[in-house]
Amino acid sequence: MTALTIPAGMPQYDDKPRFDVERVRADFPILGREVNGHPLVYLDSGNTSQKPRQVIDAVARYYAEHNANVARSVHTLGTESTEAYEGARAKVAAFIGAPSVDEVVFTKNATESLNLVAHAFGPHARDERFRLGPGDEIVISEMEHHSNIVPWQLLCERTGATLRWFGLTETGRLDESNLEELVNERTKIVSIVHMSNVLGTVNATSRITARVREVGALLMLDCSQSVPHLPMDVVDYDVDFIAFTGHKMLAPTGIGVLWGRGELLNAMPPFLGGGSMIETVKMGGSTYAPAPARFEAGTPPIAQAVGLGAAIDYLTGIGMDAIAWHDKELTAYALDALDTVPGLRIYGPRVPVGRGATISFTLDGIHPHDVGQVLDSLGVQVRVGHHCAKPICDRFSVPALTRASFYLYTTTDEVDALVRGLDQVRKVFA
Amino acid sequence: MQLDQLYQEIILDHYKRPKGRGLREPFAADVHHVNPTCGDEITLRVALDGETISDISYDGQGCSISQASASVLFELLNGRKVDDALAVHAAFVELMGGKGQVEPDEEVLGDAVAFAGVAKYPARVKCALLSWMALKDAVAQAVALEKEEV
Repeated sequence: MTALTIPAGMPQYDDKPRFDVERVRADFPILGREVNGHPLVYLDSGNTSQKPRQVIDAVARYYAEHNANVARSVHTLGTESTEAYEGARAKVAAFIGAPSVDEVVFTKNATESLNLVAHAFGPHARDERFRLGPGDEIVISEMEHHSNIVPWQLLCERTGATLRWFGLTETGRLDESNLEELVNERTKIVSIVHMSNVLGTVNATSRITARVREVGALLMLDCSQSVPHLPMDVVDYDVDFIAFTGHKMLAPTGIGVLWGRGELLNAMPPFLGGGSMIETVKMGGSTYAPAPARFEAGTPPIAQAVGLGAAIDYLTGIGMDAIAWHDKELTAYALDALDTVPGLRIYGPRVPVGRGATISFTLDGIHPHDVGQVLDSLGVQVRVGHHCAKPICDRFSVPALTRASFYLYTTTDEVDALVRGLDQVRKVFA
Repeated sequence: MQLDQLYQEIILDHYKRPKGRGLREPFAADVHHVNPTCGDEITLRVALDGETISDISYDGQGCSISQASASVLFELLNGRKVDDALAVHAAFVELMGGKGQVEPDEEVLGDAVAFAGVAKYPARVKCALLSWMALKDAVAQAVALEKEEV
């Protein structure tokens, strides 16, 4: 990129918050290992992120020093574990700007969060906003992960409602040209991805939000890819629900989050029934606890929640603004670098604006599986396949894609290793 | 990792110059198999002449392993008696399930011995087996149909 001189008094590049990537890398034990005789180059963070020692230690410390079940014991360990679990909830709430801690529901992953909301809808829902039947519509988009498609398809099968979707433009942006017609008085909920796990597109939501409010529908954002990478404030975004998962943001697997406006959560029926979610149980019938307990039946993933809390501390310590800027600089570098590879085609925005640090591409005449296999032999870990977003592949008429996805510990050297690896791929299949 | 163990010359050859590719008529059974984890697909047809497989025709899309495997399958099984073909099939499935510990018999498996290296990569075994599973399905359907007609 050409260095431009920005006039004094204007925002300067140096004003952007930054962090020392090498120092961050030193916190991630796994980044020191080798794969197939080469230093690990982990470019699959969109799939799951690596974990810093601070998170690993927090989980180990919880098990070594505080382990007990939560919300049901008067003993000391039970109190400590409950405090640790609820402390993690408070950290999540602060991280996403939730007005109340009680609006944060712990699930096992973003998929469960999305299913939970889908299951609140039905023909007999007590609250009119969740009542759904033939003639009603649900709107998603063509760039959704399967987890934001299938739960709604199942819901439509159960209720006779109609599923509709935003299309995509050639550059991988949401096609909002038919917004007025698509989101209308029949729409009950719009559930779309905030950042695409394949194209990297970060969707601008304000026009959609305005339309959703106009027609009185609900709005859910799948933030699985965005919350780990971008500052999020649920009040600023004016959404009704967001879903995301811990393991893509430095935390363990097995812990996800549903955030919903408190008033809506308490208007929703329970999802799974069992212990912890009740007010009182009689053989003739039960009443249910308010949110979040209403949606947390059974023993929750306690240590995983503690790990998520530690991950949030870590991310906050570095600063989400700095992470977003790191992603942007790295993506700009990678888009330019990948452009030099003959026969490589990028799917999704080709400019580092309105997109995150996830780049999917094809290499002329070489199947992504073969690309991934040769890269692996060089220690470079990328994801290949349809990325649980088959409609995107269909939209762009490709059977599969290779995807490199970055995070706060990714370096430009690693992008160079990818580009060198792709040269090797082309040699093997020449 | 020894990449050339996986991508042996034979496999790359079959990938670049597949044998018997393209869907043909007549056929007794026509099946479509997919690998849901990666989206690889194959459509495979089988024609029978008595107890002999008189044609195997196929078309599909996927990685070098899955496409080369279909080509090898065609070369190895086309024109064989159903029982012989199923015996080779069993040997190939055993090889692929062997985690690299099964010593392949070249007499039985021909070019398919080149896939011995694939068996060491659990993520790729399904690629190699895609067309073979389709064949078994198609042969079973064709044989069942023939019995109905008799």
